Amino acid sequence: MIRLEGVSKGFGANSVLSGLDLVVPAGSMLAVIGRSGTGKSVLLKCVARLLNVDSGCVEVGGENVGQADSHAVRRIRSRMGYVFQFAALFDSMTIGENVEAPLRREGVSPVEATRRADDVLARVGLKGIRNQLPAELSGGMRKRVGIARAVIAEPEYLLYDEPTTGLDPVTTAVIDDLMLGLKRDLGATGIIVTHDVRSALRVADRVSLLHEGRLHIEGTPEEIRNSDDPLIRAFVEGKSELWPEDSGSRR
Amino acid sequence: MRLTSLLAWIGRQATALVALIGRAAQFIWSILTAIADLRTWVPLTAVQVRRIGVDSIPVALFIALFTGIVLSLQSSYTFSGIVPLYFVGVLVGKSIMLELGPVLIGLVLAGRVGANIAAEIGTMRVTEQVDALEMMAWNPVSYLVVPRVAAGILTFPIVTVLGLVVGIVAGWLTAIGLLDLSTQEFVRGLRMFYQPFDLSYPLIKAASFGAIVTTVGALHGYHTRGGAAGVGRAATNAVVISCMLILVFDALWAVILL
Repeated sequence: MIRLEGVSKGFGANSVLSGLDLVVPAGSMLAVIGRSGTGKSVLLKCVARLLNVDSGCVEVGGENVGQADSHAVRRIRSRMGYVFQFAALFDSMTIGENVEAPLRREGVSPVEATRRADDVLARVGLKGIRNQLPAELSGGMRKRVGIARAVIAEPEYLLYDEPTTGLDPVTTAVIDDLMLGLKRDLGATGIIVTHDVRSALRVADRVSLLHEGRLHIEGTPEEIRNSDDPLIRAFVEGKSELWPEDSGSRR
Repeated sequence: MRLTSLLAWIGRQATALVALIGRAAQFIWSILTAIADLRTWVPLTAVQVRRIGVDSIPVALFIALFTGIVLSLQSSYTFSGIVPLYFVGVLVGKSIMLELGPVLIGLVLAGRVGANIAAEIGTMRVTEQVDALEMMAWNPVSYLVVPRVAAGILTFPIVTVLGLVVGIVAGWLTAIGLLDLSTQEFVRGLRMFYQPFDLSYPLIKAASFGAIVTTVGALHGYHTRGGAAGVGRAATNAVVISCMLILVFDALWAVILL
């Protein structure tokens, strides 16, 4: 389970998260939607302790991430997979080396790491590219490699940062199918932050809107589709005139 | 009003300086604690030795070559008619070994190596590759910083020694080719005030310059913010601060060791 309670995070005078509460039950996937600059990525980085919260509590699998020492943080992170917004592949490594990197840290033998990397690359539909460099791939392929790297160690927790942003509809559908398949097979607890509403409604068990530093509303995809809430309607239908004035991006 | 603005500016600069010193102290501490993580940084050091040391040899030798030539000609010009010409060997040897060799090579490598490290780590920072390392439970300081600092400390003295040899040989060839000086006279001057410490001293300086250039480059890269502009700023600041620290430490070593 992932649980955030009263989490606040700001940068200087700019408050991004203000007393945010969130619970993701074990094995379920929560999609956090919201406008650009509302702090979705910040929320995800607070869960992984890539950023320290100013106040509040972040718990992953019953462990308080905020108060963990560096050794405990590494242990918690080794149970997580993080898909970065722009894939964050290591430029100097081949695709194979990128995907194997989490296993090498765990001391898995090179032969076993190569076998598992080939398996997971085949699973994301990228068989035979292990010797290429990240710069030689398209944006969609890089995202898929990023997903392969995040799941190769079969993590208990999966954090997706804008997995479909900037992709064409077909590649988006491929990534969505991939996320659904991984959810089914790994049973990982996860958070997807995205402003791609269609993808969120398709992949997640529950969907929530991040607005003014807090989760504004939460429900199943069906409940969100049928919600009368003006913010949800504005977001789902993509109508700026429905969005309340002066309540957009906080950054 | 102008006085208030001036005071505010001084306050801002002082705060920024204190913040930088605090960040640097924290960073150096993180490097020292990461040294124990041998399993991560030792295998990565060989690559950095090649990139920081071996790849820097041509530019270092180029600098040393022309420094030797100019020193030989200028000392001849200064000494002619007043001091015996074999003192050209004294000046070339002492100047290159004690000061110009390590300092000029240090300054040039601050540009080449320091900017490279700051830009590379800075780009990794702004493209979230450093975060990705952390998510894989790697310590980014062990992985990115310690191999570079170790390579800098190890290779700067070697590159400097090669530079000293080339500088002195260039000075000698200039002396016998362009000045009215024989090899025996040049070597006589070279040996006249030589002490074994003349060789240890540049090695100590070069090792410290290696530590400065790589640490400052990594510090600025590691704390890069703000995309491509931030990477550019990090590289520029790394070079400027490395050069300043090289000159400060050059003076410090002279006070302490001479």
